[in-house]
Amino acid sequence: MQLTNDEIQRYSRHLIMPEVGMEGQLKLKQAKVLLVGTGGLGAPMALYLAAAGVGTIGLVDFDVVDFSNLQRQVIHGTKDVGKAKIDSAIETMLDINPFINVVRHETALKSDNALDIIKDYDLVADGTDNFPTRYLVNDACVLLKKPNAYGSIFRFEGQATVFAYPGGPCYRCLYPEPPPPGLVPSCAEGGVLGILPGVVGLIQATEVVKLILGAGEPLVGRLMLYDALGMKFRELKLRRNPECPVCGDNPTVTKLIDYEQFCGIPAAPPPPPAGGALAMGEIDAKGLKAKMDSGSKFVLVDVREPHEFQIGRIPGSVLIPLGELPKRLAELNPADDIVVHCKMGGRSAKAIDFLKTQGFSNLTNLKGGIIAWSDQVDPSVPKY
Amino acid sequence: MPKVMIPTPLRQYTDKKDSVEVAGVTVGEILGALTSAYPELKKNLYNDEGKLRSFVNVYVNDEDIRYLGKDKAQVAATDTVTIVPSIAGGR
Repeated sequence: MQLTNDEIQRYSRHLIMPEVGMEGQLKLKQAKVLLVGTGGLGAPMALYLAAAGVGTIGLVDFDVVDFSNLQRQVIHGTKDVGKAKIDSAIETMLDINPFINVVRHETALKSDNALDIIKDYDLVADGTDNFPTRYLVNDACVLLKKPNAYGSIFRFEGQATVFAYPGGPCYRCLYPEPPPPGLVPSCAEGGVLGILPGVVGLIQATEVVKLILGAGEPLVGRLMLYDALGMKFRELKLRRNPECPVCGDNPTVTKLIDYEQFCGIPAAPPPPPAGGALAMGEIDAKGLKAKMDSGSKFVLVDVREPHEFQIGRIPGSVLIPLGELPKRLAELNPADDIVVHCKMGGRSAKAIDFLKTQGFSNLTNLKGGIIAWSDQVDPSVPKY
Repeated sequence: MPKVMIPTPLRQYTDKKDSVEVAGVTVGEILGALTSAYPELKKNLYNDEGKLRSFVNVYVNDEDIRYLGKDKAQVAATDTVTIVPSIAGGR
C-alpha cells in the first residue's frame, strides 16, 4: 500500500513528524476502527479520525438527527435535522476526507450482531449512552480481543480509559455491575455541557490513534477523570481483576448474554395502555386543563428543578423539586387533591410513590408532563 | 481532615458541595461520618444489606479501596477520598 501524491499533501503535518511519518500514516490508512454511536462522543471522534486518515471507519447508529442534538453533536448540522445520523455523519466525514472508507451499520448493537460487526475491526471506540450497550461492547471486545477506547460523560464530568487491551482491565473490572435502572440519570435527564463530549471524545480519538501507531503510553490501567468546572484532570489506578467474570483468569461469561436483563431492564417494555388510555392515577394534559376550567379545587405540584421551572411552567403550579420533597412535606396537605407533574412524567411518578409512603392518597400524575401540556394544551410553553 | 470528593450526580445530596472534609482514619469511618452528615447519600452509596454498591467505586488518592482492604483502608489526614460512580452518557 502506498499514499498518492494527493494524500501525501493532505497528511504532510503527520508525515514530517518522526513519530508518525510515512510508516505511521500507512498504519492509519490500513487501520479499521469501529465507532459505536455517532452522538456526543462519536461526533468528534468521527471528525478527527476521518481527518487523520484512518482508512476504514465503521459507524453503528440507528438514530435520527434532532434539534436537541446540535448543541454538542458537531458532525451534524441544522440542515441534517430529520436525517439518519449515519447518513449525516458519512456525508461530513467524506467531505473532510474522501480518501477514507466509511462502513455503515445502521442498526442497534445487540447480542446477536455485535460479534459479527466488531470482528472485522482492529479497535473499537465506545460512544454509546446506556449501560446495557456499554457492557455489551465491553464483553464483545474482551471476547474478540479488540481494545476499546472508552469514554463517558455526565453534566460537567467525563471518564476515559482503554479497556480490553492485552493484559489490561475491562469495564467489568472497573464496575462489576450496572446501577439499577433509574438511579443514574442519562444525559437526556441530567443534561450535559455541549463542549464536554468534545474533550472526552478526543481523548478517546487520541488513544485510538496512539494504539494504531503504537506510540506513547496508552491509557491502559488508568481511569482519567475530567472535571470541566474545576478544569482538572485526575488519574486513578485501574487493575485487571483476576476474578473478573469476563477477562479474569477463570471467566464465566464466555459468550454474549442478555444485557437488558443484566442491567435489570424488563425484557419487553410494559405495554402502553391501549389507545393511549390512562393508567390508574393518571390524568392527561387535556384532562388537567378541563379540571382547571371546571374550577375544581386541587394543588398542582411541579417536581422539576428551579432552572427547568424558569424555562416554562403550567399556570398555578407550585415548585417543589423532587429532591426537596422529603424536607418540604409540610407544605402539602394529605387532605388535598394533588396533581403532580415534571417534564415527562418519570420524576412525578417517583414523587407520587414517595408521597404514598407519607400518608398521601389523593394523588394524580400528569401523563407526559409539561411536554404533553405544550403539545396538547398550550404550545406557547417551550419544549426542552 | 481527609477530604472526600463528591461526584456531580451525588452533589444533590450534599447541599451541592463538590468536596466535604470529614474526620476518620479508615474509609469505613469516613463514609460513615459522611452519610450521617448527609443521610440522603446513604441509599445511593450502600445497598439494603449495608454493602457499598458495586457501581460506586471509592479511591484513597489514586488507589481503589478494593485493593486496600475495602472499608478498613487507612486514610491519612492529608489524603483525598474520591467517590466515582458509573456514568454511561455519550450522546
